[in-house]
Amino acid sequence: MASLNQKDLLGIAQLSVEEIQLILDTADALRQVADRPVKKVPALRGKTVINLFFEASTRTRSSFELAEKRLSADILNLAVSTSSVSKGETLLDTARNLESMAPDIIVVRHSSAGAPHMLSKVCRSSIINAGDGMHEHPTQALLDALTVREVKGRLSDLKIAIIGDIAHSRVARSDTILFHKMGAQVWVCGPPTLIPWDYDKLGARITGHLEEALEGADVVMMLRVQHERQTEAFLPSTREYYNFYGLTRERMRLAKKDTIVMHPGPMNRGVEIDSDVADAPYSVILDQVANGIATRMAVLYLLSGNAGLKPRKQTR
Amino acid sequence: MQLIVRQGRVVDPSQKLNKVVDIGIEEGRVAEIAPRIRKKGRKEIDARGLVVCPGFIDMHVHLREPGREDSETIESGTSAAARGGFTGVACMPNTSPVNDSEAVTAFILERAREASRIAVYPIGAITKGSQGEMLAEIGEMHRTGIVAISDDGRPVQNSQVMRRAMEYSGLFGLPVIDHCEDRDLSAGGCMNEGYYATLLGLRGINPAAEELHVMRDCVLARQTGAQVHIAHISTGQSLAAVKRAKKEGLRVTCEVTPHHLLLTEAQVTSYDTNTKMNPPLRSQEDVDALVQGLCAGVIDAIASDHAPHNINDKMLEFDRAPFGIVGLETAVSLILDRFVRTGLIGLERLVELFSTNPARILKLERGTLSPGSWADLTVLDCERPWEVRSAEFLSRSRNTPFEGWKLRGGPAMTIVRGRVVWNG
Repeated sequence: MASLNQKDLLGIAQLSVEEIQLILDTADALRQVADRPVKKVPALRGKTVINLFFEASTRTRSSFELAEKRLSADILNLAVSTSSVSKGETLLDTARNLESMAPDIIVVRHSSAGAPHMLSKVCRSSIINAGDGMHEHPTQALLDALTVREVKGRLSDLKIAIIGDIAHSRVARSDTILFHKMGAQVWVCGPPTLIPWDYDKLGARITGHLEEALEGADVVMMLRVQHERQTEAFLPSTREYYNFYGLTRERMRLAKKDTIVMHPGPMNRGVEIDSDVADAPYSVILDQVANGIATRMAVLYLLSGNAGLKPRKQTR
Repeated sequence: MQLIVRQGRVVDPSQKLNKVVDIGIEEGRVAEIAPRIRKKGRKEIDARGLVVCPGFIDMHVHLREPGREDSETIESGTSAAARGGFTGVACMPNTSPVNDSEAVTAFILERAREASRIAVYPIGAITKGSQGEMLAEIGEMHRTGIVAISDDGRPVQNSQVMRRAMEYSGLFGLPVIDHCEDRDLSAGGCMNEGYYATLLGLRGINPAAEELHVMRDCVLARQTGAQVHIAHISTGQSLAAVKRAKKEGLRVTCEVTPHHLLLTEAQVTSYDTNTKMNPPLRSQEDVDALVQGLCAGVIDAIASDHAPHNINDKMLEFDRAPFGIVGLETAVSLILDRFVRTGLIGLERLVELFSTNPARILKLERGTLSPGSWADLTVLDCERPWEVRSAEFLSRSRNTPFEGWKLRGGPAMTIVRGRVVWNG
């Protein structure tokens, strides 16, 4: 198999269409590892991966951890509560200390946008962005793409509606950039208070009306809406939000017959999505979880020989 | 004579002077300007090929003393200023403690007497502790030597307090300098709100946060008759508001920084914390409007907003790092290279922006070389090529976004009261 000719995975913005395809094809091939009686391949044997999570995460962290284990990597989990950050150590010092342990890959999640980019500049190891602030969450977008491609057989010429709190969502940004790059028609939908300025320039069409976004959609991607947004004056109430943006069975009739519903989780049932939609046959939310492991295996595998390469510049 | 500066091109808009002459200096003051002075000087400077201007004044710097001497001191900051061609600086009051009383003002002036070879003009706080609530003892600070009042860094939010400050400062003829920012609109932001903030996932600072307060201040200036100076103006709409105020005859002036004239929000793409300042780098359209305002004369002054930060403080995640960059040692060269050499502005305008107008706004006996005035001189070499290397800065801090820029032209010599305080 070919490899990714870059040191890090910092964002979808830095990936070409070919690189995205390569990752998805690799993930496709690795997916069957989960179906074996012995769910393990030796691809990363002798490689060290550090999972550096400055932000609470259950699903992404366990998904990475399983992916690493299935590739036979040696792993070290560092969560924020046990790290030295609470003792006042800076991110760069933490990074340099870990770097001295000679890891091959550092998977990092951080509440500040750009934190993985900062690490990339000082670390020889490959950096995988597992979510940075409101910026990007590239492996989530890749697993979303894998899931869509699996069901629809393609990524181009699809209407993809991303609905919810776009402003605070790194998933929305990575998904928008990815699906737009791959030739899909991306719509984002949410109250105007939760759509950031010039979001259309990322390659999306914008609407405040759920019906317009759902009309003829091939894929409906729901995003979590946090209760805090009420106190910050983004929303009057989660009830009003549900009344205008909640995904119900009736509203789903506007979408294409063979539509699918996705959610990066964790879901707020009864706020952005009804239970009878979340649990309906067209919901692929659990497939996303399964594909998450395969996608992360692919990324880890493709970057595993690349430590020490020059970091790639952010371009679009 | 104490000093004769021979055969430099003297550019002094206050006397409508732009020709090659000799300047004779005696007892710290300009004694004579003539095509050729026959007397001998105890010291003579050959200024052939150089441009001699009334001393440049940076009316917006942070010297960090007292309180953050790890980032800058009055000694290091004024050394950096002298190297950058400035014969005087006005220092903002957001030190620790805040310069909101006679005692702090006196301390700054005392330290400047001991440690500075250039003039230091303290700016007092508008409110106690710059808390935005009670007026600071403006009269007492004025008596001790402040030249303006400002709550730069923690701008006054309460419009009633701002109104009172404008009314009260008039008693002492002190200008009110405002860092215009509606803190509710800008809350949590760390770069300009717009496409790049969206792309980079960083919280935006709405340009309206600045524009609203510029407009508020213009309205209050009309009502109170106060002299108001808008610090580091950064958007086209802010500038339009100042232009309207001026047309109306209000006593409103404004300054711009070199970085807001030369860099845009696109520079933030690398998450380099040296592109983080407040007001933030703006859009290309804003930069275009500012450049136009600079050329057309709406902008009164160029100030660096020199904001030194220790490297430890800047080496943080972008949203956690403090706002601000150093500017004293790059400002003059940047403007010479990018605006004078390119023909966008002439040398007369350059001198207005760096000397005549700052002196006029702050009511300093400076900004002119007419006989009898203080002999503060900035000598420029418009041809000298150099590269910005922060390792060579005399400032204690290195936080510049201009590292590695190759520039042509810069200060060659800085003279304060007839004494050479820096010679490149």
